[in-house]
Amino acid sequence: MRYEVDEKGYYGNFGGAYIPEMLYPNVEELRTHYLEIIQQPEFQKEFHELLQNYVGRPTPLYRAERLSEKYNAHIYLKREDLCHTGAHKINNTIGQILLAKRLGKQKIIAETGAGQHGVATATVCALMGMECMVYMGKLDMERQRPNVERMRILGTQVVPAVSGNMTLKDATNEAMRHWINHPTDTHYIIGSVVGPHPYPHMVTLFQSVISEEIKKQLLKEIGQPNPDYVVACVGGGSNAAGAFYHYLNEAHVNLVGVEAAGLGVDSGESAATTALGKPGVLHGSKTLLMQTTDGQVIEPYSISAGLDYPGIGPLHAHLFETGRVQFVSATDDEAMNAGIELARTEGIIPAIESAHAIAALSKLELTQEDVVVVNLSGRGDKDLETYIRWGKY
Amino acid sequence: MKNRITELLSKTKKPVLSVFYTAGFPNLDDTEKIAIALETAGADMIEIGIPFSDPVADGPTIQMSNKKALDNGMTVALLLKQVAGLRSKVKMPIVLMGYLNPVMQYGFEKFFKDAANAGVDGLILPDLPLDEFEKFEPLTTSLNLSVSFLISPTTSETRIRKIDAISSGFVYAVSASSTTGAKGEFTTEQLAYFNRLKSYNLKNPFLIGFGISNYTTYSQACAYGAGAIVGSSFIQQISESKNLEADIHQFVVSLTTSK
Repeated sequence: MRYEVDEKGYYGNFGGAYIPEMLYPNVEELRTHYLEIIQQPEFQKEFHELLQNYVGRPTPLYRAERLSEKYNAHIYLKREDLCHTGAHKINNTIGQILLAKRLGKQKIIAETGAGQHGVATATVCALMGMECMVYMGKLDMERQRPNVERMRILGTQVVPAVSGNMTLKDATNEAMRHWINHPTDTHYIIGSVVGPHPYPHMVTLFQSVISEEIKKQLLKEIGQPNPDYVVACVGGGSNAAGAFYHYLNEAHVNLVGVEAAGLGVDSGESAATTALGKPGVLHGSKTLLMQTTDGQVIEPYSISAGLDYPGIGPLHAHLFETGRVQFVSATDDEAMNAGIELARTEGIIPAIESAHAIAALSKLELTQEDVVVVNLSGRGDKDLETYIRWGKY
Repeated sequence: MKNRITELLSKTKKPVLSVFYTAGFPNLDDTEKIAIALETAGADMIEIGIPFSDPVADGPTIQMSNKKALDNGMTVALLLKQVAGLRSKVKMPIVLMGYLNPVMQYGFEKFFKDAANAGVDGLILPDLPLDEFEKFEPLTTSLNLSVSFLISPTTSETRIRKIDAISSGFVYAVSASSTTGAKGEFTTEQLAYFNRLKSYNLKNPFLIGFGISNYTTYSQACAYGAGAIVGSSFIQQISESKNLEADIHQFVVSLTTSK
């Protein structure tokens, strides 16, 4: 089975570039240049130096002793939460801003849901001295005020998206509209493995540093690079794509994607796209999409603002369809309990997105020989309000 | 039978006015009433928009009409039924325009067949990639449906010729690198782009759309292209209308008449 993108931008039945003509030149410019630029030794050098000295990579692969005891397996946490700005998102924004510079762009736009990708974009724009504008749903701006202010401190203009339900999907729509209206001087830094080709592939490549490091670290730790399981949460799917990437062709490594079930997969308040979605087209690619029978996109729900996206990246749709990745889901309650559990057993308060991955541990039939890597994609600082409102600790 | 769009554009000596409106807006059952009023007022062609939850190429006005239309309960199936009902009541070509996903969920082949049966003459699906369309082209051709693709000011000549080759009926020339919506007047760069298009001698006539909101922009579009497409400003005009027929008549007259 092939898991790499093909020359037309497809992963099996999913992907492509379903965009109006007004976006074609922008996307085409990226498509014809991204690989060539990324492969330049000088690009790689600058990218890796920034990841090392600015982001703080490699992030530790930490053996979680007490968690291992509890689940009777060898559990390792890939500490993306220790990245500068608090999540894996910055791996991608560093890569894309270096690319944007080489394409001669002067301005950056981005969308953000919880604000993590927005902060990571605002950060690299400050670092590079580039003008930055981040679209954020008006409702999300109210829910994630500290991240709004972080972006503003970094010199970014945060623009409220007031269309639709005023959340991530609408922020993405607004960013795309902005890009249509500014086709030459602006680069759009998409935050996940979604959007028209080449975005899903490009973002996957930038995030693949996660599994590249896991392999090296495990080899050192246990004498071989492959674990029995890699577990990661999936909203759009960028941290999962990065954690899975170098294991896709290692058939004996079980890959587990954890979606947000919200109040329950069948409750009508959920973001479990593989369970609820059908093939459709949104934001430039064909993928699994939560939608009505008439093809209108359904607004998803999760307690985690980073997982409430109605689709998943086309790579993940392909991994789901081929069975290469096992998709499970965790409800709000399960994720919050797992977050508290990680705080109490390991002294790590995870982002609620990442808490969904921890919650999946109890759903796997683990044996005491199993080596499990959980990608801890982000830290919980941004979610303090939600933990406090949850209150059960 | 000849395709009504081809017929119109080959016969007419004067520029064509094509009006876009969203199906199901302002009210669910207004599709027919608006079509008849437009023809009576002197419009030559209509483009009926299939509403979508995430219209990324549209500005605030058409976003609003999409949302209202969906809240009113508009669907692809209902629209096709409405078109079948109004087909015999107007002579002008009827084009359906919409984002891909609702069409995909309806089923491409079923959609093309049902649209042709309902009396639709042409389709515009702005986010349908050219190479994806290739596999449907024999079917739409056999159904006598014209399919128009968009070009924008940043589209290269090579690509414009490719788009022209695969389009039928007309080519939709987007006037600016922008989302839909009424703007002021055309800039000299835009006029130069129209002139460039004219010089290409494309196989299809081209209609200019986006940013046409008054007599000046309308007449400029008509001076270069085979006609003009107006959407957002029309939707604005009917959004608060108490008398659709009268307001539509007044809109068409003021758009096409110099003061």
